[in-house]
Amino acid sequence: MAFKDRIAHPWGSRTPYGPGQEWPARVDGHLAEGVAPQDVDRWVQSATILHSNGDALDIAVKDDRVVGVRGRAVDRVNRGRLGPKDLFGWQAHQSADRLTRPLVRRDGALVETDWDTAMDVVVRRSRELLDEQGPSALAFYTSGQLFLEEYYTLAAIGHGAIGTNHMDGNTRLCTATAAAALKESFGCDGQPGSYSDIDHADVIALYGHNMAETQTVLWSRVLDRLAGSDPPRLLCVDCRPTPVAREATLHLAPLPGTNLALMNALLHEIIRRDLVDHDYVQAHTVGYQDLVERVADHTPEVAERICGVPAGRIREAAELLGGARRLLSTVLQGFYQSHQATAAAVQVNNVHLVRGMLGRPGAGVLQMNGQPTAQNTRECGADGDLTGFRNWSNDEHVAELAKVWNLDTLQIPHYGPPTHAMQIMRYAETGSVRLLWVSATNPAVSLPDLHRIRALLARQGLFLVVQDIFATETTELADVVLPAATWGEKTGTFTNTDRTVHLSERAVDPPGEARADLDIFLDYARRMDFRDRDGAPFPQWHDAESAFEAWKRASAGRPCDYTGLTYAGLRGGSGVQWPCTAERPGGTERLYTDGRFWAAPQECESYGRDLVTGAPVEPVEYAAMNPFGRAIIRAAEYLPPHEEPDGQYPFALVTGRTLYHFHTRTKTGRVPQLSRAAPEVWVEIAESDAREAGIGEGDLVEVASPRGAVRARARISGIRPGVLFVPFHYGYWDARGQDRDRAANEMTVTDWDPVSKQPLFKTSAARLRLLRPADGRSAPAPTTTASRPVADGVPATTGGPEGLCQEDVGGGAR
Amino acid sequence: MRIGVALREVQRSEAGLAVELRRMADEYQDEVEIHHVAQDLARWSDEHVHELAAAAARHGEDSETLAGPGRAGPGSPPDAGGLLAAGSDPGLALLADLRRLYLAAAGVSVDWELLGQGAQAVKDAELLELSGRCHPRTLRQMNWANAMLKVLSPQVWAR
Repeated sequence: MAFKDRIAHPWGSRTPYGPGQEWPARVDGHLAEGVAPQDVDRWVQSATILHSNGDALDIAVKDDRVVGVRGRAVDRVNRGRLGPKDLFGWQAHQSADRLTRPLVRRDGALVETDWDTAMDVVVRRSRELLDEQGPSALAFYTSGQLFLEEYYTLAAIGHGAIGTNHMDGNTRLCTATAAAALKESFGCDGQPGSYSDIDHADVIALYGHNMAETQTVLWSRVLDRLAGSDPPRLLCVDCRPTPVAREATLHLAPLPGTNLALMNALLHEIIRRDLVDHDYVQAHTVGYQDLVERVADHTPEVAERICGVPAGRIREAAELLGGARRLLSTVLQGFYQSHQATAAAVQVNNVHLVRGMLGRPGAGVLQMNGQPTAQNTRECGADGDLTGFRNWSNDEHVAELAKVWNLDTLQIPHYGPPTHAMQIMRYAETGSVRLLWVSATNPAVSLPDLHRIRALLARQGLFLVVQDIFATETTELADVVLPAATWGEKTGTFTNTDRTVHLSERAVDPPGEARADLDIFLDYARRMDFRDRDGAPFPQWHDAESAFEAWKRASAGRPCDYTGLTYAGLRGGSGVQWPCTAERPGGTERLYTDGRFWAAPQECESYGRDLVTGAPVEPVEYAAMNPFGRAIIRAAEYLPPHEEPDGQYPFALVTGRTLYHFHTRTKTGRVPQLSRAAPEVWVEIAESDAREAGIGEGDLVEVASPRGAVRARARISGIRPGVLFVPFHYGYWDARGQDRDRAANEMTVTDWDPVSKQPLFKTSAARLRLLRPADGRSAPAPTTTASRPVADGVPATTGGPEGLCQEDVGGGAR
Repeated sequence: MRIGVALREVQRSEAGLAVELRRMADEYQDEVEIHHVAQDLARWSDEHVHELAAAAARHGEDSETLAGPGRAGPGSPPDAGGLLAAGSDPGLALLADLRRLYLAAAGVSVDWELLGQGAQAVKDAELLELSGRCHPRTLRQMNWANAMLKVLSPQVWAR
């Protein structure tokens, strides 16, 4: 057993392997100081909850307290590995400042109370509003961090029992475009590829996806391929010098907001050089001719003028993609949170469709998720989708769901798509949404244009219920706060980006009176006395396992079919990829292996949307276009971003993540190792821009947009000139009296992709000014990641003795 | 030939649609999707007007008699309907404006249809191609207005 500083070395030691070989196991673990493996009373099975990778782990319990974690070598996803957030993150749950009792607002202040009192307040207000206005007054805004059973229950309560159309998750901020792009191209959500495609690919293209920081274990898999024989070549599209960019064969850094222009030029070249699999296109797709016409004039030279990427480099990239025998592509926020998000992400799918690169080992698309359980929000219908990937504009699908729930069909709103998060906020702002129930998320830091968000959440006339594990910037504004249990304190399942389902078991009791989110939702339903058509209490289930069994029935026959899974079957072994049925009891590694899609008019989840206007395609139009359910090649023209740099605001502002933190730091900010690695907000500036502005490493600067400003220390990095980057994690709960000048979203614009409705965090304009010289300090930004400094002399990010973790690499590692 | 009349008509209505889209973009800054998408869609109408001007010149039409985007008004706005026209409720006002926009786009669509028919009659391949290229975008503008009406109206009616 070796020890390694996993703050200084986030990806751990290499275990090289060659194409087609099995990824070697490496078991990572971390135990509390003074606890040895033999001291652990029991190991309880779970998976990681601080990113979307879904790494399997066991929770160490001693004296009924969590004392550490260890990766599960048997699991297909991580083969025993864990990332820094998972190795250290569990400590947050034991913080003394957990919410342990319900709070209600009395005379302006939140005061502790009991569950009966708190729930009675919520139930009374719900009833009043249902009587006065009906279901349209109630809205739910949930998370990407609850469990499948909880989302399914919330969807049943919201869309079924109450019958409101207003339900979304913060997954809207991270994964909505992934879902939208899959629906546009394949008719239905569902990740075509598999993580194991990394084992086989000869070219891996990462589009706006800093995998090294967002999915550290998956990146270890790529690094191990790069260290082995016959390594894959990497294409990286990113305006920052990420660890991915540093390993890439080719790195393209387009100007923020111009991804679609770049993609259209890549497709232009692939078509011009006839690197097209015409047999595949002919047999399995519709719309190819539209694409050919759309990109006909869109040469690399045209794209060069828009994106600021040399035409020659674009040609090289097209050659790389066009020459691949096994092409794996991954996409994330650099595309999803940028201008023309869905249109750009769809063009990545199109590269695979025109090249016939789907459904075989190494040939796959991973439209990534940002959060650990985002996939379940989508499947279960708690995020602007209808339960079981059903189509809200297909009356038969709605009737089928009503039958599963044993409710009247009219009870389920389907006059339009479920209301997306930003529209819910707009309805709250204008006063037609009057009760907003927020679970496990922190919109007062994570949504764009925070001044506006704070004002609307604090609005008189909005009854705000917030369910969380800590006091947050959002609970501060609530009328009722409900204390929730978290990972390790409750049982349930969740599903990662490549469709792998894991069981996560309760290891310890929640603190104080905190309750599992599932129990809170079910308690609300019982107090509201919801009934099904036969007068039985609705939802008809009562705990996690009965909720899972109910969900299986709702998923039956749909692409995300869980009917072959049971809690018992998930115990002990590896995670299983859906669809998992009686016919496929071991799950399904890749979708669309036979070139058949869930795109037939009667089956598909969506008829698609216009890639520019966002208007839904009408059923008749879709049926005429795609009667046989082939994959759909949808093309779109580039349009300039809605907010571009100008004389007053000369920089393009991009916000994003760092490896060491999750979301708004409610957990990771309470973990010493993670907090020390990235303790404060910073701003990344290119060397040439910094020189021009007279700014040096560590100087205190103000970054301002037309909406707000942030004060931060400057990190001079290799970021693309003209672009500023600010991490979005930092809010005010631990700001100790700092003004409202710390959260990146003070500056971001209110704008969203018309197709996926995902807010855009990567196309605001900003200006920069020096406030105070560095006084010898450097920026509080990690040196291990995309924020690496260009200058020498900045102290390296390390974890010290507390950063040491066990690493059992067995044989073959170095 | 009288095809010039059809050209003039589609150019006038297309310019009016651009004005209407920009007016809505200005008016609804807080309805962010309307604000942004209306601006994007106004560019399509500008491009159409521009191309129509070139086509008109080829047909010897006096460009002075044609309405340019700078000075075209929306003409007489289609009737917004009694229910929607009334009052100062912002929700109802938005529905009324979207309804007006939909009808304006429908008018442009009809004009493209007529121009396309005319182009066939006089066997003008260039004009036919122009109509075939621009008309689908008009339909997309129309579909967008319709879709926004469908999405936004239930919340207005339910209050």
